[in-house]
Amino acid sequence: MARGYSLAALLRHALSGHRDWPAAWRMPEPKASYDVIIIGGGGHGLATAYYLAKNHGITNVAVLEKGWIGGGNTARNTTIIRSNYQQDGNARFYEHSVKLWEGLSRDLNFNVMFSQRGMINLFHTTAERDSWVRRYNSMRLNGIDAAVLGTAEIAALVPDLDLSPHGRHPVLGGVIQRRAGVARHDAVAWGFGRAADQRGVDIIQNCAVTGIVREGGRVVGVETTRGRILARKVASCVAGNSSRIGEMAGLRLPIESHLLQAMVSEPVKPFLNVVLSSGAHRVYVSQTDKGEVLIGGRLDGYNSYSQRGSLPVIEEIAAGAAALLPRLKRLRLMRSWAGLVDMTMDGSAIISKTPVEGFYLNGGWCYGGFKATPASGWCFAHLIANDAPHPLAERHRLDRFTTGHTINERGAGPAPHLH
Amino acid sequence: MLSIRCPVCGPRDEDEFVFGGDASAVRPADPMACDDQAWTAFLYRRDNPAGPHDELWFHRFGCRRWLRVRRDTRSHAIVAPPLLAEDAGAP
Repeated sequence: MARGYSLAALLRHALSGHRDWPAAWRMPEPKASYDVIIIGGGGHGLATAYYLAKNHGITNVAVLEKGWIGGGNTARNTTIIRSNYQQDGNARFYEHSVKLWEGLSRDLNFNVMFSQRGMINLFHTTAERDSWVRRYNSMRLNGIDAAVLGTAEIAALVPDLDLSPHGRHPVLGGVIQRRAGVARHDAVAWGFGRAADQRGVDIIQNCAVTGIVREGGRVVGVETTRGRILARKVASCVAGNSSRIGEMAGLRLPIESHLLQAMVSEPVKPFLNVVLSSGAHRVYVSQTDKGEVLIGGRLDGYNSYSQRGSLPVIEEIAAGAAALLPRLKRLRLMRSWAGLVDMTMDGSAIISKTPVEGFYLNGGWCYGGFKATPASGWCFAHLIANDAPHPLAERHRLDRFTTGHTINERGAGPAPHLH
Repeated sequence: MLSIRCPVCGPRDEDEFVFGGDASAVRPADPMACDDQAWTAFLYRRDNPAGPHDELWFHRFGCRRWLRVRRDTRSHAIVAPPLLAEDAGAP
């Protein structure tokens, strides 16, 4: 049965009042064994399954999700997509991701609502300016779009921005990546899930992994709340909880779990059509398609698995947003929440084989996993299929912390809460 | 909002403090003598427990002393009275 979404299908289903659309994915019972088990049905796990099937022809795959797909950090992030990275390793990886985003809706036959509205990073001091301009020059050397803006250009793009010289942190200028933007987070999980399911991948929800089964040092399967499931290869995509799955495999990882909060205001008419970010105020602001002003900021700053943030941080973030866009002062916050982020010791992700044969790790996404979703799945699928890293992710090895080849974008040292 | 009972200053709000990380990471006595694995274990690898966690907090806007706090990372409950790090001794 053709299950593609199209104008023709829309018209055909209109005749029956849209009552008999097929389910977007199956709800299969777990089989006794698979070639590959992916732990975690968020964007990264589902993208990995999709690209395993599409790029490598490996379809005997299960994605095990303890809740519902896309219900963890995929539902808790602020959906920003960008590739404004400087370090070798990160720059081309994230640029590949943006390129995949640009064709993703067509590839998945699912509208992920990728909107390349551009992202502006403001600078408020000459030192900040030097740092950002250097970074954006590096991007241009890597073939990534990047430009430096003066205050007049910024004023034209963001008329509501406070550009007066009297604020706590007056704006000196900014940098922009015009191909950056946002996407619809649910659609990313659903689109990858549906496309993977159509290629034969089993998505098994309400199935928490409780143990990694090993024989002679090699992984042979997992224990779950729905029984033991065997697999030659087990791949973890559970950023936020990587340490817990790592512990089941006997690994102690260079990761701490932290909280990152975000919040939305009540919806208002469109007034902000870029993503706006300020390091000095430690805040970033965008407006969703529903009209809500979406605000995010810094980590709460101490280890936590609670998915529950602290109020002083909300106050600080909201104050920063109001300093940038004074009109926000009159808005009421509608909702706030916290995501659980896998903070690594150098602030960069891990896509790697591990010392445990048959156990593969994708994690450590810090506060930047959403934008990486397609490239993460692309590179992780390559690693699982070939037992060799994808060239774009060969620096994201787990053993870089032992060999000294860390990818430290911020230069903050081995202190996860500072990245 | 955490309320941390500083042994010097009494109960204070979390925004008077700076988080100092996992208190159980112990620097090898002779870094030049230990191998890469031991150094990596100290510098980078963490248990990162979901549950009680021994951690350091610096009372920046108070007595400016380092505290050792045992806090549950699932509930944020502080499960033992905080001690001055110097009194808590080696972990």
